[in-house]
Amino acid sequence: MPGTRAPLRRLPKMSALPALKTAAVWRWRLPVLLLSLCTLVPLGVLLPALFNPDPGIWAHLIDYLLPQLAVNTAILLIGVGAGVLAIGVTLAWLVAVYEFPGRRFFNWALMLPLAMPAYVLGFSQLGLFDYTGPVQTLARAWTGSSEWVPSVRSSGGVVLVLSLAFYPYVYLLARGAFATQGRRALEVGQSLGLSRAEGFWRVALPMARPWIMGGLMLALMETLADFGTVAVFNFDAFTSAIYKAWFSFFSLDTAKQLASMLVFIVFVLVVFEQRARGRRAYTASARGGQQPRIALAGVQGWAAAAWATLVLLMAFVLPFGQVLWWAYQGWAEEANAVLVDNALRSLMLSAMAALLVGAAALLLAYAVRRDGGGFNRLLSRVATLGYAVPGTVLAVGVFVPVAWLDNQLIALFGAWLPEGTGSILKGSLAVLLLAYVARFMAVGHAPVDAAMHRISRSQEEAARNLGLTGARLVARLHLPLLKGGLFTALLMVFVDVMKEMPITLMTRPFGWDTLAVRIFTLTSEGEWERAALPAVLLVLSGLLPVILLSREENKG
Amino acid sequence: MMGAVLAAVAGVAQAEELVVYGARGEQLVKPLFDAYQKETGDSVRYVMDKEGPLMERMKAEGANSPADILLTVDAGNLWQASQMGLLKPYKSKLIDANVPAHLRDPAHNWTGLSIRARTIFYNTQKVKPADLASYADLASSKWKGKLCLRTSKKVYNQSLVAMMLAEQGKVATEKTVKGWVDNLATDVFPDDTKLLEAIAAGQCDVGIANTYYYGRLMEKKPDLPLGIFWADQKGKGTHVNISGAGLARYTKKEAAATRLIEWLSSTKAQNLFADVNMEYPVNPKVKPDVKVAAWGPFKQNLINVSNAGSRQAEAVMLMDRAGYR
Repeated sequence: MPGTRAPLRRLPKMSALPALKTAAVWRWRLPVLLLSLCTLVPLGVLLPALFNPDPGIWAHLIDYLLPQLAVNTAILLIGVGAGVLAIGVTLAWLVAVYEFPGRRFFNWALMLPLAMPAYVLGFSQLGLFDYTGPVQTLARAWTGSSEWVPSVRSSGGVVLVLSLAFYPYVYLLARGAFATQGRRALEVGQSLGLSRAEGFWRVALPMARPWIMGGLMLALMETLADFGTVAVFNFDAFTSAIYKAWFSFFSLDTAKQLASMLVFIVFVLVVFEQRARGRRAYTASARGGQQPRIALAGVQGWAAAAWATLVLLMAFVLPFGQVLWWAYQGWAEEANAVLVDNALRSLMLSAMAALLVGAAALLLAYAVRRDGGGFNRLLSRVATLGYAVPGTVLAVGVFVPVAWLDNQLIALFGAWLPEGTGSILKGSLAVLLLAYVARFMAVGHAPVDAAMHRISRSQEEAARNLGLTGARLVARLHLPLLKGGLFTALLMVFVDVMKEMPITLMTRPFGWDTLAVRIFTLTSEGEWERAALPAVLLVLSGLLPVILLSREENKG
Repeated sequence: MMGAVLAAVAGVAQAEELVVYGARGEQLVKPLFDAYQKETGDSVRYVMDKEGPLMERMKAEGANSPADILLTVDAGNLWQASQMGLLKPYKSKLIDANVPAHLRDPAHNWTGLSIRARTIFYNTQKVKPADLASYADLASSKWKGKLCLRTSKKVYNQSLVAMMLAEQGKVATEKTVKGWVDNLATDVFPDDTKLLEAIAAGQCDVGIANTYYYGRLMEKKPDLPLGIFWADQKGKGTHVNISGAGLARYTKKEAAATRLIEWLSSTKAQNLFADVNMEYPVNPKVKPDVKVAAWGPFKQNLINVSNAGSRQAEAVMLMDRAGYR
C-alpha cells in the first residue's frame, strides 16, 4: 500500500484549447464507439422492421404463441439460470479450494463440455434417453414398461440439457475468482468467527460476484439465442417463434420484431445486473491462492468426486460416447480428405477470431477503465448484445449492410473495377471476422472485464509513480494481472467460434467450409449419424485450447 | 489467360463457371455437378445455406448477386423466392417436356427436379395394410393413442396441410388436423427417422414420413417391422413435394444456367439426382432406383405443388389453432 497518494496525471482542468479537450474526451470513447458499431450496425438492420408490423401475423402470434412463449422463456431463464449456477459454482468452489480424489483431473476435464455444441448434446441425450434409446429399451426389457422413466422431451429435459451445455461458462469464470481469492476469503471468514459454509456464502460468494454473474449472463444469452437444442426437444422458445415468422409465415419483418424484443429483454437483464453490482470494489487485497488447499477427507472427498463425475458423465462422457459410436459406424462413408481441410479451416478461423475478439475485449474493458462515464458504460454493454441474437438473424444483420456497401461502391467505382465485379467486401475473411466480433464480444469481454475489476486504482497509481504510462503501463501492470481472464476469454471464444454455424454459412468466403458447415450440410437432410464424424473432430479440435489452457495454469 | 489456355488444351470451348445457391445437401448435388463438368466443361460453384438466409442474401445483393441458379428443397421455398422477385422465368421447351406440369411453376419461375413422397408408415406386427386408407383417416378415433407425427414446424408437414387446404377447404382440413392431435401417442418428433424408429419400437402404430427416410433406415436395419402404405390411392393420390431449381433473376449467364437445369431434368441426370437420396425422378421416362421401385408404384396427387407455398402461412396458422405443435 502506498503511504502517500500522488495525484493522477491528468490534463490540466482549465485547458486553453477546446480542440485538445475534445480530443481528450474522445480518446477513450472512440475505441468503444468503433467496437460497439460492430454490433450496432447489425442490430440497426432490425430497426426499420419495427415500423412495419403485420397485424394478421401479430394477432395470430398473440392468440396462439406468445402466452406459451412467455411462460417457456421464463422457464428457460429461471431453470437454466439456477442449473448453471448450481453446477458451475459448486464445481468451481470444490476444485479451487479443496483437495479431493481426482481434483487435478476434474480441474480441466470439467471444461470439456464447452467443446460440445449444445444441439449435439441435445440430440445425443435424446438418442440415449428417448423411448427408442438404450435406457428405455433396457427398462422395458427388465421391467416390462418404460413409462416410469421421466421423458427427456419435456421442459425439465430441455432445462437439464441446456444447463449441462452452458454451465462451463459459470464454472470457468467462478473458478478463476475462487482460485485467486477463495481460500483467502475463507481465512478472512474464519478470523471473523464464521464457519466454512458461512464463509462461502458471506465472503467468498459476494467477492466472486462479477465473475459468477458474467458467466451466468453468457449462459442465459446463449440460452435465449439457442435454436438448435430447443428444436431437438420441440420446446417452443423465443427463437422458435422468430424462425416460424421467418420461414413459415415468410415474414422476416415479424422475425426482426421478435428478435428486437429478445435483444431488449437481454439489455434490461444486462443493465439490471450492472446496476445491482453497483460501484462496489472487487479488488484482491493480496495475491491469494498461496494458502494450502483444504483436504476433504473420507466420505466428503468421495462425495465431491462423485458430483464432479456425475456432471462430467452426463454433460460429456455419455453423449460424446454416443457420438463416437455413430462416427465409428459411419466411418467409411465420411472419412475423407475434405474433412481434414474442414478441420484446418475451423482451427484457423477459431484462432484468428479468438485473438481478434480477445484484443477487442481488452481494448473495450481498458477504455471503460480509463473513462467510465455513461457513454462508455452504455456502449460497452451494447457491444456485447450480439450474443443474445439468434445466429441466423445476426447473420442477416451483418450481410445486408455489407452487401449494401458493396452495391454502393460498385455503383460509384464500377468503371474502374474489372468487368463483372459483384463483390468487394462481401465474401472476404475480414467481414467474417468482424461478424464474429459482433457475435462473441460478450464471451471475450466477460472474463476480461471481471479480471479488470481485480486491479485496484491504487495499484495503477503506484505503477504510475514508478514512471509507467501508456502502453508500458498496460504491458507491465495490466496484462500480467489480466492473464487468467484473457486466457479464459481466448479459450471460450475459440471454442464458440468452432461451434458457430449460421454466421459462418452466410458470410464465409467461398470454399471456407468448416466442420460446423459440414455438420450443417449433413444434418440438413436429417443425416445426423453421418454428421457424427465431423462432430467428433469438432469436439476434439475444441479440446486443443482446453489442454493448452490447463498446461498454462499448471505452469503458473 | 491460364484458363483460356487450359480450356483450349482440353478442347472445350468457353467453359462457364456457374454459381448455384443451394439448400440441398452438398453431398447430394456434388456428384451431379462433377458429371456435368465432365460432359460439358461447365463447372459449378455451390454455395450452401438454409433457404431463408439464401433468399435474403440474393435480395441484399440485388443486381450484383453472383448467383445463376437457386436450388432448394420444398416447392414452398421456390414459390417464396419467386414472390420476392428473386427468380426469372426460364425459356425452355425441354424442361417443360421433361417435367410434368404439376411439378413446376405455371409461370415458369422454377421447376421440380426430384419428387419427395410423404405417406403413411405402419408397424407390421400391429397393423394390417387393409386398416389404412388416407391421411384424413388417421384422424378417426380408431387410431386414438396410436399415431406418431413429426413437428408442425417442419415444412414437409406444412406443405401436406397446405395441399389439403387447397383441395378440401378449411373446415375439413382443420377437423383432420385436430383429429390427428387427439390421436397422438406421444409428443411430436423432431425428425422423420426418430418417428419411424418409434413406430418400429411400438411406441405408436402409424405415422407420416417421407419415403427416403424409410429407405435410409431400412437399408441400415432391414429387420425393422416397418411397412409403407401409399396414402389416398382411392382418393386424389399420395402427397408429393419436390426439390427443384429456378434461374436467379440477375444471372448474367442465362443460357448456360438454363442448360444446366435442362440437363438436370434429362434422362442422363435424373437417376443421379434422385437415387443418391432415394427420391423419385420427376422425369416420367426415368425409372426410380431398384430399392425405391420395390416399394411399388403409386398414384401421385396431381395438384400443382406451388400450392405448398401460397397456402403455407394459412396452413401453419391452422396447425397452431389445432394445437399441432
